[in-house]
Amino acid sequence: MNDMTTPTTAVDPRDVGGPRQPLMRVQALKKHFPLKRSSLGFGPKSAVRAVDGVSFEIRKGETLGVVGESGCGKSTTARLLMQLIVQDSGELVFDGATVGARELPLRDFRRQTQMVFQDSYSSLNPRMTIEDSVAFGPTVHGVSSRDALNRAHDLLARVGLEPARFAGRYPHELSGGQRQRVNIARALALEPRLVILDEAVSALDKSVEAQVLNLLEDLKRDFGLTYLFISHDLHVVRYMSDRVLVMYLGQVVEVGTATQVFDAPRHPYTRALLRSMPSGDPMQRTTEAPLSGDPPNPIDPPSGCRFHTRCAFAQAVCSQTQPDFIETAAGHGAACLRWQPGSGYMPPPDFPDLAETAAEVAHV
Amino acid sequence: MSATITSTTRPAPSAPLQAVRSRSHGANVLRRLLRNPVAMTAATIILLLILVAIFAPWIMPADPFATSMFKRLRPVGTPGYPLGTDELGRDLLSRLMLGGRLSLFMGIAPVIMAFVIGSALGILAGYAGGKVNTVIMRCIDVLYAFPSVLLAIALSGALGAGITNALISLTVVFVPQIARIAESVTTQVRRSDYVDAARASGAPALTIVRRHVFGNVIGPIFVYATSLISVSMILASGLSFLGLGVKPPQPEWGLMLNTLRTAIYSQPLIAALPGVLIFVTSVSFNMLADGLRTAMEVKQ
Repeated sequence: MNDMTTPTTAVDPRDVGGPRQPLMRVQALKKHFPLKRSSLGFGPKSAVRAVDGVSFEIRKGETLGVVGESGCGKSTTARLLMQLIVQDSGELVFDGATVGARELPLRDFRRQTQMVFQDSYSSLNPRMTIEDSVAFGPTVHGVSSRDALNRAHDLLARVGLEPARFAGRYPHELSGGQRQRVNIARALALEPRLVILDEAVSALDKSVEAQVLNLLEDLKRDFGLTYLFISHDLHVVRYMSDRVLVMYLGQVVEVGTATQVFDAPRHPYTRALLRSMPSGDPMQRTTEAPLSGDPPNPIDPPSGCRFHTRCAFAQAVCSQTQPDFIETAAGHGAACLRWQPGSGYMPPPDFPDLAETAAEVAHV
Repeated sequence: MSATITSTTRPAPSAPLQAVRSRSHGANVLRRLLRNPVAMTAATIILLLILVAIFAPWIMPADPFATSMFKRLRPVGTPGYPLGTDELGRDLLSRLMLGGRLSLFMGIAPVIMAFVIGSALGILAGYAGGKVNTVIMRCIDVLYAFPSVLLAIALSGALGAGITNALISLTVVFVPQIARIAESVTTQVRRSDYVDAARASGAPALTIVRRHVFGNVIGPIFVYATSLISVSMILASGLSFLGLGVKPPQPEWGLMLNTLRTAIYSQPLIAALPGVLIFVTSVSFNMLADGLRTAMEVKQ
C-alpha cells in the first residue's frame, strides 16, 4: 500500500497493494501439536513443535520453493497457510489483509489460495467423476452447475485431459500423472492467485514429473499465478523456484534467491542439504554422508541453534544462543550465529567459505 | 473385466463429441453382486419370502385363525393341511405365510430406523470430531455396554409388550452398533485429502458431508445394517417368545415357536418349522450382506 502502482498491461483486479506488496506475509507462525499426557495425567504437557515461529513472505508472481528434510514442518506450514489447521499464534496477511479478519473472511481467502496435494489418488473423491470434482469448488461459490461444468471442461482441456474422453471418468480409471493434472485443474477452478504445491510432483515418475512441471510453468504464466512449491527434491526446487526457503525443525534457517541459496549457501544445514544432492557426474560423487543421523525430536528440540547437534562447525555458544535471522546479502539471509555480529561465535580458520563448497556440488 | 472397461471408456465412434460416462460405483457394485451365485440365491429366497408374506391373505390355503380341537398337531402331509396343524388345530402353512409379515417387518423395520438414526449420529460425531464426538460416542457407549439381548428384553419389559414397543427397543439396541461403524468410517473419510481439498475450496461443512462424505461412508454402514436384519429377526422372535412382542393369536414365527414348543416330543417337525424359517431368513440376509460387502470391497 506504500507503493505507487504503475498500471501495467494486465493487472489483476483483485490485486490490492500493487506488485511490490507481498502476496502473502507469514508472521511468527506457530503450531504445536499437543501430545497426550501419560495415562495418570502426571508429568509436563509436551507438544510436537511442528512449526515454531516461521516468518516469510511470498512475493507476487514468484515461485517460492520450500525445502527441508521430512518432518521439518513443510507440510504443516502448507496446511496452516491453507487454514486447514489453525495456528496457535502468528498471522497470515494476504495482499495486505489479515486472513480471517473482517477484511478477508476465510471463505474469500480460500477462493484466492488453493492447494495441490501429494497423493493424487486420495485427494480425489473416488465416488465423483473428475468433472464433478473440478466443478465442485465453483458451485460452492455460487457458479451455476452448468457454468461450473463448462469451466471444468475448459480446465481439463487446459491441463491436457481431453474433456470428451476424461470428464466422465472416475479417479481410479486414470494414471497418477493424469490424476495430478485433475488436481491441478481443480485447484485452478476457483481462479486462485496463490497455489500451494505440497510435494505435488514427488509421487510421479520422472518423465511424468517433467511434463507436469512444464504444465505448471505454463499455467503460472497464463493465469498469472504465484506458487509456493514444497518439495524434498532439490533439483526440482532449483528448476522451479525464483526464491528458496530452507526449513529445519519447524524453523526457517535460510532464505534467498535460488541462485544465492544454491550457489552461496550461508547456513551449514543448507550446505549439507546441497551436498546430499545426488550428482549426475560420477567424479562428483560423495562417499561420506554430509549429514549423519536423524533430525532431533521436535518434541524437545535442542537448545540454542537447533542444528548445533549435527553441525560440523558448532561451538559452545551454539548450544546456548538462539541465532537471529541475519541478512547476509540483499534478499539473502540465514539464521546462523556465524553471521550474527557479537554473537560470540569465533569463525575457525577452517570455516569453509560456504560458497565455494557449494559451488562444487551445485554444478549439476 | 478389462475388456468391458475399455469398451465403455472409449468414445463411441458414432458420437465422438459425446462425453464418455464411466459406470458409477453403484452400477459396478450391482454388477458384481449379480455375478455372485450365493448372494443371488439368498436374494431370491428373501424376495420369495417377502412376496409370500405380502400376498399371504390371498394365497393362504386356509384360515390361519380357525381353531379345531379335533385336528390338533396333525403331522406334515395331512390332506388339507400340507404342513400339518398347530397345538390349536390351525393350519400351519397359512400361519407361517401370514406370520412372515410380522417376522420380516420386525427384522427390517428396527434396522431401517436404527440405520437412519445411527448413521446421522455417527456421521455427525465422526465429521465434527473433538468434543461433539466425545459426547455422542460416550452416550452411545453406555448403551453399547449392555448385551443386546438383555437390553432388548429390559426395554421391552419396561415399555410393556406390543409390536410398537418391541420396535422401539430393538431400534435402541441397534443404534449404538450402527453409530459406531458410521463414526469410524466417517473419521477415516474426514482425514482424507479430498475432504481437505473440499474444505480448502471454502465449502460449508454440510455441503462437504452431503457431497463428499455421505457417498463414501454409506456403503459400509449399509452393509453392516443388512447383516443386522437377521439379528433383529432373531431378537424380535425372542421377544415374542418371551411374550414381550407380538401377542397371540397374531401369527409370528417367534411366537409360534414358543407356543409349539410343548409339541416338541410329539411332533418335532411341526415344532421346528417356524424356527427353520427364522434360520433360513436370517442366513439369507447374512449371505446377502456378505455378498454386498465383497461387491463393494473390490479395489477399483
